[in-house]
Amino acid sequence: MQLVDRQEVADSAAIARMLRRMANEIVERNQGASSIALVGIRTGGLHLAERLVELVHSIENHRPPLGAVDITLYRDDVFVGLPRPQVGTTELPFRLAGVNIVLVDDVLFTGRTVRAALDALMDYGRPRQVQLATLVDRGMRELPIAADYIGVTVDTTANDSIRVFLKEQGEEDRVVLRTRRSDESN
Amino acid sequence: MSPTKAARVFPHRHLLGIADLDADDIGQILDLTDSLREINERAIKKVPTLRGRTVLNLFLENSTRTRVSFEIAGKRMSADTINISGSGSSASKGETMLDTARNLMAMNPDVIVIRHSASGAPALIAKHVDCAVINAGDGTHEHPTQALLDCATIRTHKGSIAGLEVAIVGDIDHSRVARSNILALAKMGANIRVCGPATLIPRSITEIGGALTRSCVRVCHKLEDALEGADVVMMLRIQNERLGKNASRFANTREYSRYFGLNARTLALAKDDAIIMHPGPINRGVEMMPDVADSGRSVILEQVANGVAVRMAVLYLLGRGNLTDLEAIHQ
Repeated sequence: MQLVDRQEVADSAAIARMLRRMANEIVERNQGASSIALVGIRTGGLHLAERLVELVHSIENHRPPLGAVDITLYRDDVFVGLPRPQVGTTELPFRLAGVNIVLVDDVLFTGRTVRAALDALMDYGRPRQVQLATLVDRGMRELPIAADYIGVTVDTTANDSIRVFLKEQGEEDRVVLRTRRSDESN
Repeated sequence: MSPTKAARVFPHRHLLGIADLDADDIGQILDLTDSLREINERAIKKVPTLRGRTVLNLFLENSTRTRVSFEIAGKRMSADTINISGSGSSASKGETMLDTARNLMAMNPDVIVIRHSASGAPALIAKHVDCAVINAGDGTHEHPTQALLDCATIRTHKGSIAGLEVAIVGDIDHSRVARSNILALAKMGANIRVCGPATLIPRSITEIGGALTRSCVRVCHKLEDALEGADVVMMLRIQNERLGKNASRFANTREYSRYFGLNARTLALAKDDAIIMHPGPINRGVEMMPDVADSGRSVILEQVANGVAVRMAVLYLLGRGNLTDLEAIHQ
């Protein structure tokens, strides 16, 4: 089995446009930026949340607070397959009560990551509302979860994989759709 | 957390001693400890990670700090923790250790945490049960989680352990804490001065980790030599209960305190930013004067706080179910 790049879903300019639109949607829906806070899911979501904070700041001249959640300890598959011993920290340096939280992830797939992130958030306080922003929605949900702000929707199958490369991780910004191709002998 | 650092599978089934670990294993536990510490400061001090796992705390020797620390660690990771103490258990009715272990296994725990007065008891039990075994102190052998929490505390204050000068002072002979710490600190690259009356230092202590400790462990019989230029001063308790009434190792506690007790005068020999550690409980006025124990350089209570985080990390790494679950997953 090997992964083959099938298609570049978005390049750096497209990602920048998507994020600008999403920032505008966030501000519009929340009637400004004074009641919101952005929380990124480590690690891809956190980089995007950082960028959205800057964009919201440039639109509204108000910088909403930024937080990070690490969902490793909240996964429903912690011990299924190989354990993931690498645990990052959750940092929510603001009170959650009464705040509209915009949860940010890079790819929305089964919804299980978001479920875990919601559990983590609730352990810190009671936000007024939690909205979900994702750069890529690739469908195939396994839980009743939907995004409020979507960069791009991509139709995928179980054999596909979506990779989001970001410049914060030393890559050129791009979203790539890959397909798992099984060898003939398999 | 750097994104390039590959997730590493912890390569051990049990935690029986620091002797079994290498620097990468210790580093992995310390990194995880740093990540988990924050949970203990939240309003809701609990994560659901070990939900449904059972942790048996089998404490066949007296302990409050370590038992409570393991219990809290288990509960904060959402495991079900059950405590069994020595008095009132079937051990006091004459059941052998192995029978106790087999009976406990029949209840299907995922982790057994054991403290025992016999060196090697956890290793023996680990051979006969199919869950993870954590040594919470066995005789004069090892107390690995204490060494790990000490390393975590040192790393928080000093940034890194490599190259530090660490003085370990007191009853080395009876101290499993000293043995685990010598091994852990040596593996992490520290230089260690072991200090105490000659009667309380085992002759082969520098050989405990083979060539590694032979090169980085030095024995001092004068407190001043051990403290000179030290970055970390680790004082150990005089274990009166292990010293025996008729076979005294030193004349009296007053004399011990005069020559090996840490006070403001002797502490001045250590570096200005040296930290003072003690695994507790302290004999105030014997191995450590109260003004030193309560000074701003004492990190003794931080050690206790780190103990919970370290034990959460160890439970996370080892509490992934019993062997049959693991085999089922790997198939």
